[in-house]
Amino acid sequence: MAPSDQPNPGSNQDAMSYTVSPRRKWFGTFMTVLVTGCALLLALPLFSILWTVISRGAPSFSPDLFTQLPPPPLMKGGGFGNAIVGSLIVLGIAALISVPFGVMAAIFVSEFARGTKFASFVRFGINVLSGVPSIIMGLFAYGVVVLATGSFSALAGGIALAILMVPIVERTAEEGLKSVPMETRQGAIGVGATNFQTITQIVLPAALPSIATGVTLSLARASGETAPLLITALFNQYYAKGVLEPIATLPVLIYNFAGAPYKNQQELAWAASLLLVMLILVVSIIARSLSRRQTFG
Amino acid sequence: MTVSDTQSNSTQPSLSDVVIRTEKVNIFYGAFHAVRDVYLDIPRNQVTAFIGPSGCGKSTLLRCYNRLNDLIPSARVEGRITFEGVDLYSKQTDPVEVRRRIGMVFQKPNPFPKSIYDNIAFGARINGYQGNMDELVERSLKSAALWEEVKDKLKQSGLSLSGGQQQRLCIARTIAIKPEVILMDEPCSALDPISTRRVEDLMHELKKEFTIIIVTHNMQQASRVADMTAFFNAEASESGGRFGYLVEHDRTQNIFNKPKEKSTQDYVSGLFG
Repeated sequence: MAPSDQPNPGSNQDAMSYTVSPRRKWFGTFMTVLVTGCALLLALPLFSILWTVISRGAPSFSPDLFTQLPPPPLMKGGGFGNAIVGSLIVLGIAALISVPFGVMAAIFVSEFARGTKFASFVRFGINVLSGVPSIIMGLFAYGVVVLATGSFSALAGGIALAILMVPIVERTAEEGLKSVPMETRQGAIGVGATNFQTITQIVLPAALPSIATGVTLSLARASGETAPLLITALFNQYYAKGVLEPIATLPVLIYNFAGAPYKNQQELAWAASLLLVMLILVVSIIARSLSRRQTFG
Repeated sequence: MTVSDTQSNSTQPSLSDVVIRTEKVNIFYGAFHAVRDVYLDIPRNQVTAFIGPSGCGKSTLLRCYNRLNDLIPSARVEGRITFEGVDLYSKQTDPVEVRRRIGMVFQKPNPFPKSIYDNIAFGARINGYQGNMDELVERSLKSAALWEEVKDKLKQSGLSLSGGQQQRLCIARTIAIKPEVILMDEPCSALDPISTRRVEDLMHELKKEFTIIIVTHNMQQASRVADMTAFFNAEASESGGRFGYLVEHDRTQNIFNKPKEKSTQDYVSGLFG
């Protein structure tokens, strides 16, 4: 029996083997280097920013930053306690407005209007809103709040950021609600739950990790916004006495001090940048860990 | 053959023993006529099985009994379904109240994303249960033959249980609201044979207290658990779609051993479906 007659996997290797043409080999290597290079190049700005912010901001980091007020030009020391508090207040107002609106809208789209034309219209509107430049949100809040109350204020800044946050909150909340299986809702309806009981006691708790992720992500996004705050919250050298007064925030402080010709103010701007980047980093990590806690695989 | 002929020939339970009466029921999804002219009485404290090939409308009909079809906007029910003499589809009937008295166990186990304890307590709580909740949870889990397996982990999520345990949890949560009728929509189709056996044994226990209607694709299951069996079939309609209708409703042993209709005979002997 001649071995060539027999279809034998061991003896068939000749048919599978080939000699790599130099051209093909060279092309393969080139493409691998190209895509690897692009991936590394993408990471470069991030590491460059982190490195610059840490190396320039870390030396001037001190407890004073959190307690003292911004120094006048040519003065030494100082901090930006008012900007930290101000950022928290403005973000708090923004969250207070955007979270209820976003979650309620998501409940409407997912639970009451699913599959209808109106739901897709709402979703389209939200997508457009998320693409609107943040300065336009600022102008809107300027027109609606600043002109109406006659003053730049934390409230105006909060409303501008809230409009920025709403699309993110709505979209993640909607995804979370839709990840709750239809069968779970039917189960609740099946034991005699009303619509309200089903949504508040079964569906919303199950979607909570997604909603929390959306809220933290939107906070991370809003905390770095400068343009809308410049024309709404403006700035304040001191602690604001109320939400209807101009208020200092970290991004606006960075904007003001980075362009100042005084060395001490520039250093404070770097320190504030470092604080802001760390804040966003921490919030993003929290969002990531929350989104891993999915109720339904 | 007409449906009403079959009905008058079958052994009818006496009127007082009828829990649910179905009269000339037609079900539509939009323009689609899914179920045609069903007359069917469900006897008290017995297990009634709905069998038939896919698309014959047996699940659709089952979902009408606790108005779960209300969730589908295009669904429409014509005819009369009465529960203890009350029209389920009259304007005065509260669908939420209907579902509290006619419970449902679904095809896919669907425990709530809550603890095992809360899975049971949820239904009872929203139904205004005033008694001792711990006791109710224990009693319901015991009735569903699940207590021994979960008594040490009542705080764990219901989703952490195996498929068979989840289904028994769903049965327990249905028992906890003390319905009069339990509807089961292919409750064992997602379960392994051992879990299936346990759920079937459970049904024999449960029918002492509850009236049970079970939809099943498994004819052996119908012959094991059901006192009465209703055979549904699907036929092509004039408009090209398929509609389901009730062929025959009788004692289970009659359906399986001496059915009156040829299509029933063909189906139970495995010629189609």
